[in-house]
Amino acid sequence: MLGFILKRIGLLIPTFIGITIVSFGFVRVLPGDPVLLMAGERGLTDERYAALLTEFGYDRPIWVQYFEYLRDLLSGDFGNSLVTKQPVLTEFFTLFPATVELSLCAIIIAICIGIPAGIIAASKRGTFLDQAIMGTALVGYSMPIFWLGLLLIIVFSGMLGWTPVSGRISLLYFFPADTGFMLIDSLRSGQKGAFASAVNHLILPSFMLATIPLAVIARQTRSAMLEVLGEDYVRTARAKGLAPARVVGVHALRNAMIPVITVIGLSVGTLLAGAILTETIFSWPGIGKWMVDSIFRRDYPVVQSGLLLIAVMVMIVNLLVDMTYGLINPRIRHT
Amino acid sequence: MAESSGSVKAQTRRQMLSEFWFYFSENTGAKIGLFVFIGLVLIAIFADVIAPHAANVQYRDALLVPPVWQEGGRWEYILGTDAVGRDMLSRLIYGSRFSLFIGCVVVAIAVTGGVTIGLIAGYFRGWVDMVIMRVMDVILAFPSLLLALVLVAILGPGLTNAMIAIAIVLQPHFVRLTRASVLNEINREYVTSARVAGAPPFYLMTRTILPNCLGPVTVQATLSFSNAILDAAALGFLGMGAQPPTPEWGTMLAEAREFILRAWWVVTFPGIAILITVLAINLMGDGLRDALDPKLKRT
Repeated sequence: MLGFILKRIGLLIPTFIGITIVSFGFVRVLPGDPVLLMAGERGLTDERYAALLTEFGYDRPIWVQYFEYLRDLLSGDFGNSLVTKQPVLTEFFTLFPATVELSLCAIIIAICIGIPAGIIAASKRGTFLDQAIMGTALVGYSMPIFWLGLLLIIVFSGMLGWTPVSGRISLLYFFPADTGFMLIDSLRSGQKGAFASAVNHLILPSFMLATIPLAVIARQTRSAMLEVLGEDYVRTARAKGLAPARVVGVHALRNAMIPVITVIGLSVGTLLAGAILTETIFSWPGIGKWMVDSIFRRDYPVVQSGLLLIAVMVMIVNLLVDMTYGLINPRIRHT
Repeated sequence: MAESSGSVKAQTRRQMLSEFWFYFSENTGAKIGLFVFIGLVLIAIFADVIAPHAANVQYRDALLVPPVWQEGGRWEYILGTDAVGRDMLSRLIYGSRFSLFIGCVVVAIAVTGGVTIGLIAGYFRGWVDMVIMRVMDVILAFPSLLLALVLVAILGPGLTNAMIAIAIVLQPHFVRLTRASVLNEINREYVTSARVAGAPPFYLMTRTILPNCLGPVTVQATLSFSNAILDAAALGFLGMGAQPPTPEWGTMLAEAREFILRAWWVVTFPGIAILITVLAINLMGDGLRDALDPKLKRT
């Protein structure tokens, strides 16, 4: 198993180098003078320009610049935001829990609805129920989620007045963000109604973000179950006279889960892409909104390092998925 | 002799087509998807004839008029008007042109680039393959929409740049798929025999191997078509795609955002248009997979 893990990590090194080249190159391929872009100041005097040129190191050969960039990254220096003047890394880790909280809720919703829906569809194959579930899944899969978000706001916030339109918690509550996870912090604060408010704020965005993974998981579960239900060992289990629920729930499901777990792991990228839209619509203070805002504000140091950090996160999660996969299915380890 | 081989070819082609149609039409959803898609294409082509108004004409006496079935609605504006008095229905009709155009252009770029690169990687193997695949890994490491956003930030907002960005983001899927199929085919006997018969590499790649890899690529192309439409609409919605007053559906939604609690129709209809289009294409994609994937055919 250790060899398998090391091999996987080894494979990631070229990808990591590629990612650093992309984020390093990003500022240099932008139209306009990189010094002006990265300085974010207007009306620079010649002396100030020359000083900045040396400070940023743009006067040195490109490969020297790259290695210095790499050295800075490895020592934890990701540059400072032009707008807030804060280190990008600090901002990233302040906002990251909000995105993780949202994504986790979304993936939990997707799993809790998607897997049972897929199992039901597979075990009732060809019936109206199967078609209804798969039809709904296809609609979910084809959904422009930013539009769904707007509809959710119209119905639940506008017409019914059940949920708030934006933010993570009502302005009535204030407590220190120890963990950055609003659900945990609000519980720990002990303030009455804080937790309920946090949940209320979380429902619509996490449902919006869950839509596509939910549809994908339901479809994948169904097809994996159908494949497994046709296997000999399932027939044997049936022939032994086991209860249908046990055959489906234990014998078939366990084996059908392998491709489903892969799909869940792969949906991390989808979730982050979806988070960009979800956070923008619900003014959710996470890294998706942070990236979009930074692009619009031309806060290029943030865009540059944010891109890198997000890609590295996706890479790490994919590695973890690979390892889980290796744990569940020993055959993978030896290929 | 030549004539008879030609007619044999034509006959096999007809047979293949009818077999394809047999499997495709067994899937009711796929047929519905196909009809809706044809309908959309017709709407896009004849937009000038069908649309009751021009897309960008503002009727100052009809701001935010609700749809005809609601109180205050008018028959001139069946689906109502937006905040500056433009007819929603006409804008949606013209918008279909943009969505289909985006889908076609993006898929054309992504397929051409992706299949070529994938063929090269799979055929030559070695360091060429390694470099290509690592580059694709890097592109895939970024969430697609984020990468597209950043690319548009580099290239400048606008529909053309949005299409290029989305094509770049979708391309690695075609590279991987083509490479995998090439690896699968390259050691088959028919390829070896063509090589022994003296076929040059270019001929082997394009004439011998490629046609046998096209099934999965076609299915992926359909999926990419709908992804392209969704991503372009998302970019438009974020203000990085088509720019106002273009009647692109995502851009229309972005313009409508501030009215969501006052005028539901300006938000609802463009979204329905996107959903129907994407759904139709995905339904067709499912049918295509049934018809083109020989493994699923037997089960």
